[in-house]
Amino acid sequence: MVQIAITVNGKVRKASVEPRTLLVHFLREQLNLTGTHIGCDTSQCGACTILMDGRSVKSCTVFAVQADGSQITTIEGLAKDGQLHPVQEGFWEEHGLQCGYCTPGMILSAVHLLNEIPSPSEEQIREAIGGNFCRCTGYQHIVNAIQYAAKKTQGLATEGTGR
Amino acid sequence: MTTKSPVLPKLVGTRVKRREDPRLIQGGATYVDDVKIAGMQYVAFKRSDIAHGRIKAVDVSAAQGMDGVEAVFTGAQIAEILGPMPIGTPFKSPEHRAVAVDTVRYVGEPVAVVVASDRYTARDALDAINVTYDPLPAVVDPEEALQGKPGLVHQDFANNVALGPLPSGTGAGAPGAPPDDSAINKAFADAEVVISQRMFNQRLAPSPMEPRGVVAHYEKAKSTLTIWSSSQNPHMLRSMIAAVLGMGEDQVRAIAPEVGGGFGAKINIYGEDYVLAALSRRLGTPLKWIEDRSEEFVSMIHGRDIIGYVEIAAKKDGKVLGVRLRLIADIGAYNMLLTAAIPTLTMLMANATYDFPAVRTTLTEVFTNKVPTDAYRGAGRPEATYFIERGLDMLARELKMDPAELRRVNFIKPDRFPFQTQMGAVYDSGDYELALNKALENAKWDQLKAERDAAKAQGRLVGLGLAMYVEVCGIGPSATLPTGGWEHAQVTVERDGHITAMTGVSPHGQGNETTFAQMLADQFGIPLEHVTILHGDTGIVKQGIGTFGSRSQAVGGAAMHMAGTKVKAKMAKFAAALLEAHEEDIVFENGTIGVKGAPASAKTFGQVAAFAYIPVPLPAGMEPGLSEEAFFEPSNNTYPFGCCISMVEVDRDTGEPKLLRLVAVDDAGNLINPLIVEGQIHGGLAQGIGQALIEEVVYNSDGQLVTGSYMDYALPRAADFPWFELDATYTPTPVNPLGAKGVGEAGTLGSTPSVVSAVVDAMSGFGVKHIDMVLRPEKLWRIIQQGGQA
Repeated sequence: MVQIAITVNGKVRKASVEPRTLLVHFLREQLNLTGTHIGCDTSQCGACTILMDGRSVKSCTVFAVQADGSQITTIEGLAKDGQLHPVQEGFWEEHGLQCGYCTPGMILSAVHLLNEIPSPSEEQIREAIGGNFCRCTGYQHIVNAIQYAAKKTQGLATEGTGR
Repeated sequence: MTTKSPVLPKLVGTRVKRREDPRLIQGGATYVDDVKIAGMQYVAFKRSDIAHGRIKAVDVSAAQGMDGVEAVFTGAQIAEILGPMPIGTPFKSPEHRAVAVDTVRYVGEPVAVVVASDRYTARDALDAINVTYDPLPAVVDPEEALQGKPGLVHQDFANNVALGPLPSGTGAGAPGAPPDDSAINKAFADAEVVISQRMFNQRLAPSPMEPRGVVAHYEKAKSTLTIWSSSQNPHMLRSMIAAVLGMGEDQVRAIAPEVGGGFGAKINIYGEDYVLAALSRRLGTPLKWIEDRSEEFVSMIHGRDIIGYVEIAAKKDGKVLGVRLRLIADIGAYNMLLTAAIPTLTMLMANATYDFPAVRTTLTEVFTNKVPTDAYRGAGRPEATYFIERGLDMLARELKMDPAELRRVNFIKPDRFPFQTQMGAVYDSGDYELALNKALENAKWDQLKAERDAAKAQGRLVGLGLAMYVEVCGIGPSATLPTGGWEHAQVTVERDGHITAMTGVSPHGQGNETTFAQMLADQFGIPLEHVTILHGDTGIVKQGIGTFGSRSQAVGGAAMHMAGTKVKAKMAKFAAALLEAHEEDIVFENGTIGVKGAPASAKTFGQVAAFAYIPVPLPAGMEPGLSEEAFFEPSNNTYPFGCCISMVEVDRDTGEPKLLRLVAVDDAGNLINPLIVEGQIHGGLAQGIGQALIEEVVYNSDGQLVTGSYMDYALPRAADFPWFELDATYTPTPVNPLGAKGVGEAGTLGSTPSVVSAVVDAMSGFGVKHIDMVLRPEKLWRIIQQGGQA
């Protein structure tokens, strides 16, 4: 067993883990942060996406021990003081989700995208979420949701985000 | 001074944002894998890694000795506590055990079960189990299988025939009567042109983003079982678990918590459900099993996989005289719940949107050493649509007719509804030409054709495709389903005037918590926020059938409306007593209940509700309380329809097809929430386009699954799609009081043939008339290379 200390959603979490424990299992099973989901076992689907030191990573592809000392944000830590993050708001406003299973990972990928490119084109959005599968929406409302968030973040009007 | 109560907006028909979303966008939902019970152990399944073979030995000794392993069970041991799995179709079927006893028949079939303290240990133990087999020949090609080659999947099923050949159509005479082929033979005798093509509608992996999962908790001292399963129909799950375990339905509670998509694949009650329930009872501990994605590819049902021999007889003016459709469905190794029934829906919908004078279909279902097939979004109807629409596209090309004109010549006219088809279906309502015209107008069809021609003149491989569809939804009278085809709802007006309503449908993305709340808010004149819809728990919702066959709104919504109507009538009686007025003069609006023409005397909705629970004095002849239930039995199915137009360009150097435009018009009758409807259509389109262009389950000649993970099975990504251009027509159904037809599967129907026809059009310069799916770049590149000059 290995001792680790990870800052998750602003709180330092110390734990003892098996070296082979995946970060996603650590978050879900030991910290009970079950908003991070598991949708595949080959790192394609992106349901387990979280932010690690500000970058979106697939937490099924990281061992918990590799995350030692890092700053993690999961979906549970995204809203601040009861205020939804603009990306969360966008997904709600624009019907960017149906079953909701891919949604936490999709939202965190979008947060990372908007941190990098505040005003992405439709093509850039579609490219940026290429590592996140959604089987329900056909992605169109997700594109709208991320465009909504981009506008909202920049203080622009969000009316008529969809074409 | 009086404050005027706010005027509540009418919600039905508007784009209300979903009430499900706050929990889903904040990580606050509870899926099966999020359920934890004290003392819970983890289950893992050892699965066959060969397609077909006799089990010689299963050595579990090493696994049993591992730290943390509670128990290991072979198939033979499971068979001692669990009988064979039932199916939901009436056809002769081979015995199917949840865990194989002596023979394995597909890669992925369970052969042993591990129970351990945690999921890592359970997985380690699987690797320590040693199974030896005597391999048997793998039956992979369905048409060879029908000659008994290279062997038999089940000894009692000669030539691997699971069902058929089963004829249908051409007026669909009395069941069991010998088919009368005179009409279809005459059609072909009179034909001026005949189209004949073998087509393949390939096998697909449903791939809901949440794999399956089960938690079973048998409580010995109570003799009750609670089972959480990622299911589309918990009531059906409860009935089947109770029946197989020999328990009463009152002793079993089935919960479908948050469910991460289903697409038909979670209708089934799987072996894992039964095993977890039986082992929890045997061991006396709660158990959890969560499917890995790679495990899902070899254990969750697959969809489609039907070969169609399509023949169309027509006149030179495009008028179709008759259609022959011979179907061979590769159903895999066993019958699951509805396996045998799905291809019969392909037969049922072979009449498509047309007034065909004669249609003869014949269906043969064949066993192979593959994962069983069953319902996948569209379930039999996309296959029918594909065969007929591709056939008509070929006919239009042969006759050098505009594909839209060819459809127009053959449509069932709007004044013919209800329309009895050659297949025996009775289409409820429709105006196919209206949908076609709207799609042509939105796409600017003539301009689009000119653009295509100009591009082709420049040597670009650009093509257009058009397809109509009609599907059978709102499933659907009790005569058509072994479970019954009604739906149930219960509406309770609480003491404070809020409403709690239960539905027997089990949404997992469809948004019924929102659409049903919209309906009730309007019906009672109260705010949306005062309505809560509960579902997915047989301990809360008394009865139900479930979510599938685009039935939630058309059948479940109708039941909700009926239950609401009953409560409202009772509430009006209480209000009449309270206001000393006539019941028929009572009006519900803006959170009040008053007397027509006398708004000043109105009571708040909550005041009347409170009176119903503390009725002093109790009005004569009344019981206290405001809670009613309803069962809605539809008189018929609904038949939504639409048109899908696509534009594709194939890269001449790489063969890669790119979808440039997709224009769709869908008619689902009356819509409760157009925003949610759009989302449903988008999702269906993505799956239909995925089938045309990138998705395919592939087995090699040994019966090994080649596409066993997302590394090899291409699930569509955001960049695979253009902006979908949607529109709608609205032809209500007379079958239910809402006029809603259902829309869950619609997108998968028109899109697939439309896109394939566009690719064939783009490639027509190479002399091709049809290209089988999936339209991989390599396949198109070979045609380009071999075709020479375009």
